[in-house]
Amino acid sequence: MKARTVGRHIKEGGKNIVRNGWMTFASVSAVTVMLLVVGAFLMVILNVNHFADSLESDVEVRVFVDREAEAPEQEELEESIGTIHQVEDVEFIPRDEGLENFIESLGEQGDYFENLRDENPLNDVFVVQAADPQDTELVAEEIDSLSYVDDIEYGSDIFEQLFAATDFVRIVGLVLIVGLLFTAVFLIANTIKLTIMARKTEIQIMKLVGATNSFIRWPFFIEGLLLGVFGAAIPIILLTYGYQRFYDSIGTATGLEFFNFLPANPLILQTSVLLLVIGAVVGVWGSLMSVRKFLRI
Amino acid sequence: MIEMKDVWKTYPNGVMAVNGLTVYIQKGEFVYVVGPSGAGKSTFIKMMYREERPTRGDILINSQNLRLMKERHVPYLRRDIGVVFQDFKLLPSMTVFENVAFAMEVIEAGRDDIRKRVMNVLDIVRLKNKARFMPHELSGGEQQRVAIARAIVNSPAVLIADEPTGNLDPDTSWEIMHILEEINERGTTVVMATHNRSIVNNMRKRVIAIEGGRISRDEVRGAYGYES
Ligand SMILES: Nc1ncnc2c1ncn2[C@@H]1O[C@H](COP(=O)(O)OP(=O)(O)OP(=O)(O)O)[C@@H](O)[C@H]1O
Ligand SMILES: [Mg+2]
Repeated sequence: MKARTVGRHIKEGGKNIVRNGWMTFASVSAVTVMLLVVGAFLMVILNVNHFADSLESDVEVRVFVDREAEAPEQEELEESIGTIHQVEDVEFIPRDEGLENFIESLGEQGDYFENLRDENPLNDVFVVQAADPQDTELVAEEIDSLSYVDDIEYGSDIFEQLFAATDFVRIVGLVLIVGLLFTAVFLIANTIKLTIMARKTEIQIMKLVGATNSFIRWPFFIEGLLLGVFGAAIPIILLTYGYQRFYDSIGTATGLEFFNFLPANPLILQTSVLLLVIGAVVGVWGSLMSVRKFLRI
Repeated sequence: MIEMKDVWKTYPNGVMAVNGLTVYIQKGEFVYVVGPSGAGKSTFIKMMYREERPTRGDILINSQNLRLMKERHVPYLRRDIGVVFQDFKLLPSMTVFENVAFAMEVIEAGRDDIRKRVMNVLDIVRLKNKARFMPHELSGGEQQRVAIARAIVNSPAVLIADEPTGNLDPDTSWEIMHILEEINERGTTVVMATHNRSIVNNMRKRVIAIEGGRISRDEVRGAYGYES
């Protein structure tokens, strides 16, 4: 395609945008609302995932080894745990080290427990991690049935609930987004339909004098593309500003030691690019529907 | 140039518009197509530029078989056939110059070519001095001349006109005829469907009469031949 032709298509597409006034406004608004929801939702989900990742180190099973078990039996147990296929990592903490850690973690008060060194009350411990944190409970149950296991500990309930909650948020968000997406596509398709109707004679003449089909179609794709891209502008500005402010105020002051919100960069950039792409795809999709149905070329 | 071999056309609603039509039109000819209303003249013409496809039979334009022509080649066929209608079909928001230039722009002609060629054809239809006028500022005859300029601006080998004088008074009709004749003299084949008896009788060109979708008469220097 010649550069001049590209320029012409963009100019024509732009003209249609202006000419369609209210329908342009309605389509752009629909895309705006949709992308606001998509963007906000995306930021929430990415932070929830990030939260889950941060927790992952805590999603572990602590296996207390039977105090009667001798070295070969401990090795046997470690091997059995290692063969459970959801298990990613097994770490052995001998009871002496466990006590050492315990005393250290208490700081000054730890001094009172110094005398425990003579008669260590702790068990040797295996710290086991599942490859997928959601498998933690399963892994814990399997380990529980092995021999030389005195007791196990894991934080099942909290995580079950957390995963259930994020699943719920995901489903609700997806349903909402799909609904808004179709509304936006429908409105864009209708706007393009209006353009096609308004330009009937022009299209007829173009066909008559031998314009190629792609030449006739391009301005409509550009119009759709512009509707989608314009619709992405406000969500990008609002979410960038909003997240920046949110992050500046409580991003690192969450009150949780192990968790900070995702930094504004690159999250904002990633979200913006994605919104722009979704806007463009929705716009072209809408115009494609109308071009196919009403252009008949 | 234009060849139809046993062409039939039945519209989807069952109307049989053309029934076994065979005709040969040579390069450079001027041909009138006459016949009563509903005889199939427009259908015959539409099949030449592939607005309609025949149900059966072959149509050859410049030895290209339209039946075998791929859809994506149709635009290139159309660049070689200019078409003019009774209702002009000008774009009301464009000037005379822009209306004619439009036909070159949409086939991606160069800017300089467009300017030169458009002024050239506006000269042929004697509208050079009204290049900046809007269509609503023109008379019917002038509007039709713009439409003719647009139809020939890409230098087609054939100019097809479906009742180009249908909406015009006798004097204006003659004006249009002289322009078409001049275009024909420059080497363009002209095929024109018409109900205008006096024009056909006075010009004495080839006349193809169609009745009931068949050729009923084909004379080299023919007359209109119907009472109407
Ligand atoms: N698109 C169409 N769909 C169905 N039937 C059609 C269509 N176009 C034309 N016809 C029918 O085909 C027949 C021939 O029509 P056509 O327009 O070719 O006649 P014509 O000779 O051009 O008539 P006129 O002199 O009134 O313009 C008519 O009976 C008409 O009703
Ligand atoms: Mg007709």
